[in-house]
Amino acid sequence: MARMATTRRVMISTAAAWLFGFLIFFPILWMGLASFKTELEAFAIPPSFLFFHWTTENYATVQERSDYLHHAMNSIIIAGGSTLIALLIAIPAAWSMAFSPTKRTKDILLWMLSTKMMPPVGVLVPIYLIYKSLGLLDSRIGLVFILCLGNLPIVIWMLFTYFKEIPRDILEAARMDGATIGRELVYVLTPMAIPGLASTLLLNLILAWNEAFWTLNLSTSSAAPLTTFIASYSSPEGLFWAKLSAASTLAIAPILVLGWFSQKQLVRGLTFGAVK
Amino acid sequence: MATRQTQLLARSLLTPAVGLLFIWMIVPLALTIYFSTLHYSLLDPGSESFVGLENFRYFLTDPAFLASLQNTLVLVGSVLALTILLGVPLALLMDQPVIGRNFVRLMVIAPFFVMPTVSALVWKNLLMHPVSGLFAWLASLFGLTPIDWFNDVPLLAVILIVTWQWLPFATLILLTALQSLDEEQKEAAEMDGASAVSTFIYITLPHLARPITVVILIETIFLLTVFAEIFVTTGGGPGLQTTNIAFLIYSQALIQFDVGSASAGGLVAVVIANIVAFFLVRIVGRNLEA
Repeated sequence: MARMATTRRVMISTAAAWLFGFLIFFPILWMGLASFKTELEAFAIPPSFLFFHWTTENYATVQERSDYLHHAMNSIIIAGGSTLIALLIAIPAAWSMAFSPTKRTKDILLWMLSTKMMPPVGVLVPIYLIYKSLGLLDSRIGLVFILCLGNLPIVIWMLFTYFKEIPRDILEAARMDGATIGRELVYVLTPMAIPGLASTLLLNLILAWNEAFWTLNLSTSSAAPLTTFIASYSSPEGLFWAKLSAASTLAIAPILVLGWFSQKQLVRGLTFGAVK
Repeated sequence: MATRQTQLLARSLLTPAVGLLFIWMIVPLALTIYFSTLHYSLLDPGSESFVGLENFRYFLTDPAFLASLQNTLVLVGSVLALTILLGVPLALLMDQPVIGRNFVRLMVIAPFFVMPTVSALVWKNLLMHPVSGLFAWLASLFGLTPIDWFNDVPLLAVILIVTWQWLPFATLILLTALQSLDEEQKEAAEMDGASAVSTFIYITLPHLARPITVVILIETIFLLTVFAEIFVTTGGGPGLQTTNIAFLIYSQALIQFDVGSASAGGLVAVVIANIVAFFLVRIVGRNLEA
């Protein structure tokens, strides 16, 4: 009897979970389908769900008409560059705070966190003017720099919480054996820190890839990453739903895959360790 | 000697990060404060003059400010309420024994990884278009009049899009918290004859209080500066109906080129965000000691 009830409960909760999961995912699926339709079919009422004339023409058109690869490359350079530079600055800082904490470490960490809470729009004007006078508007370097600073607090925090979990005994043993700090870093710490480093890298790639305040405000064409490029489809003249969908699908596909791998770290990275 | 060396090294490793963040925080903020006291229009360069608090008076008494403050509050409040009210049951559901739970998790978390410009445009066109959108078609199936989302209820449309983006975040955090809830405690309660409802009220809900607080605070920080979704769908309109504080400051700075007033607005945004940040930093700080 009890067993029956349990099976039934599993069936019900499974059906409900799949239903809601599907509903939440549906807009992405719908976009993916539209990207394989012709413009007419994408716009047609009643809509066709699966039985339409499948075509990959939109993907070719998006590249031909608007040099999609150029913007994708911008996204890769801006997201990748800002994440790598942030890691280079953050690794030593997080290492130092995790392994040689002082009584001020906690204050420094909280202060770093507080810089992340400054709304970007509060400093839009000076950044825009500084960039204008330095000729950094619509430049990849300018965006790399600003996204790197914007994500630096999160990178440091994530690395700090990961480094904290590395057992200290091992480090002390290495020190006893006469390992220098350099060797300690390369041979002991790095291998143990790689999982943490990888998830920090992943989460920040995602955040930088999707960042849409600075990229929209500071880039227009030559440095425009995919966020800005997709925004250009918002112009009212002519509705190109199939092409919009193709460009969007390409823009989110790689990050969706990365995101699915990093979903566990997401909680940790975005709550600053407040929820584990 | 060695420890002293280590300490010195530790400090020098920390310096670049602290220095950069310090500059990043201080320089633009100082400039914002400085600009906010000037009459400064990019359309009329060379005419900068000190006007004291005039820009603040102008910004704060501008009817657009009150409208955008109200829109900001409605937007943040509604999205918070919706993501929590939908997120708690969804997390509870996903915490049940579900066949293929990992796959369901993937579907639920996916919207969070979609860039804001994409989600906004896909919702605006493919789903919410008053004639050819999927919602319009669904409405007509049921014999209802399709809603012209971005003309009749523009703010609600933006709220729905932003809720879709943030529901996964709330759900994932609440689910993580639920999974750390002690099963034995729940079983003990059930053995003692507690109903499912009272188990939820007296055990699950108190356990969720903290993660809910964290979700509220973190979402608030991001929701206060929602920008891209408004930028690509409504451009703040019609009228001021979807202009929030972030968008108002943007339009004063980069559309009307009024640097002084936009800077004053920027500082107002900083103050609002700081009030939220104050509470979040306290919660995180308490956790750091534990």
